[in-house]
Amino acid sequence: MQIEQAQSATIAAPTRSRKNRPIRPFVSDTAISVLGFLALVSIWEGAVSAFQVPDFVLPAPSAIVTSLFQGLASGVFVRNFLVTGFQTVAGFLVAALVGTALGALVAQFAIVERVVYPWLVALQTLPKIAIAPLIIIWAGYGIGSKVIIVALVAIFPVLVNTIMGLKSCDRGKLDLMRSLGAGRWETFRVVQLPNALPFIFAGLNVAIVMAILGSIVGEFVGSKSGLGNLILEANFQFDVARIFAVLVLLGLFGVLLSQIMGFVQRRLLFWNK
Amino acid sequence: MSLVASYPRRAGQPYVPDRPFQEAVRLRAVSKIYETESGETVHALSNINLDVRSGEFLSVIGASGCGKTTLLRIIAGLEGGYDGELSLRGDSASQVRRNVGIVFQDSNLLPWRNILQNVLLPAQVLRLDRRASIERAHELIELVGLKGFEHKYPYELSGGMRQRISIARALVHDPAVLLMDEPFGALDALTREVMNVEVLKIWEATNKTVFMITHSISEAVFMGDRVVVMSPRPGRVVAEVDIALPRPRNIETLSGEAFAAYTGQLRRLLDIGSSRKEGA
Repeated sequence: MQIEQAQSATIAAPTRSRKNRPIRPFVSDTAISVLGFLALVSIWEGAVSAFQVPDFVLPAPSAIVTSLFQGLASGVFVRNFLVTGFQTVAGFLVAALVGTALGALVAQFAIVERVVYPWLVALQTLPKIAIAPLIIIWAGYGIGSKVIIVALVAIFPVLVNTIMGLKSCDRGKLDLMRSLGAGRWETFRVVQLPNALPFIFAGLNVAIVMAILGSIVGEFVGSKSGLGNLILEANFQFDVARIFAVLVLLGLFGVLLSQIMGFVQRRLLFWNK
Repeated sequence: MSLVASYPRRAGQPYVPDRPFQEAVRLRAVSKIYETESGETVHALSNINLDVRSGEFLSVIGASGCGKTTLLRIIAGLEGGYDGELSLRGDSASQVRRNVGIVFQDSNLLPWRNILQNVLLPAQVLRLDRRASIERAHELIELVGLKGFEHKYPYELSGGMRQRISIARALVHDPAVLLMDEPFGALDALTREVMNVEVLKIWEATNKTVFMITHSISEAVFMGDRVVVMSPRPGRVVAEVDIALPRPRNIETLSGEAFAAYTGQLRRLLDIGSSRKEGA
């Protein structure tokens, strides 16, 4: 799965594919997807009012929008969004840094690989979510425990891809550095790490999705605030419109994060074509 | 820092060194034995005695597995654990690094660095003066015919252009010896011929000693002052043939009678090498 991720990351070149597209359709793809979305929402709205579906089963889109604006206006959504957003980003950054560093150690030092790597593989197969209750016990109901859970869930794709990326370096490039008498650190910095970046980014793209997941599940397991906490509360109150409103927020958050990742990736990996 | 040789080659004459021989690379009784994973011992090289003369263009030819790449890697300091003696311009192997530049079959450019940064890589690793190196890199990029491409990236260049850049990179730290391991092996036949002529021009302009491995008999003859023929298992030198074709050589050289005679002779030598292997 990681390999496929890495390869798809290598192949994907958005600017290229746009340039190479042979025909320009009369209506743009964006317009079609927006129109499709609007059509779906209208059918939904119409069906809910026509069949008089109760709000606690499936709220109409208009009810969701109303709930969304109420939540935003009262400040409840913003406050909880900031909590979840911070947890997710902080946990993701920890996973990115620790995952890359640990991956580098495993790839660079045979002894670390022999001693540590089997444990990491064993840990990876463990469903991290299952540890969440333990983390809550140890680190409390606050933000700290969520950052730990997010980091745990998100670290493995980064780690595995970093190791694979660092090991995938051409022998020729390494020979070139060695023939010049470059040391291990310089070879790592100048050749191996940049060479591994496409792999690392493929891992980070998986990790960002895992981070949001970890954040919400962590809040489900035990929390005082956050969007996951809000979903649970709304659930107890049968306020299904609010659940949908929070889901909309979460969706937007995910899109925002992947846009940022895409931007950084395009700037950093412009050469990877 | 001038790239022009202090010993210019006279047009239309065979290579005659202007000073007494001073060998750039000297190999004495070099042998290399290694064990495969299944525990088999392989004689990669057996008792190689070879001098590469200063300023000479030496072609090395031989079937796959004759140890020619191992030989190049030993000279480059990439392969240890061999028997025998190696010296470069009288220095023992430890000084090698600053004195060799390597061109691999693959250009091995770093795709995240632009052309200028790629050419500067050896200067960076060897901590050479930055300003002087940049100046020299510009001269070399011009010499390989890619002036104006300094700020392009490798993915914007063709295979032949990339290989030119890797030659410029191999020369940026002004090594005495240029080692080339099948430098044109990955290029198409037409690009290859153009590159052969180009590299001869570069060699004539820089007065480097060149040690080039190739699979192509005609390339070996066309470019070399001397062709060393190697045979496989164990890798040995079976013949050294002086190529007395006049320089500068160009595309017409390829259709001359003398050229055909040399390639014929080498083809026979290579056949002897392989039949001996079959007999063993």
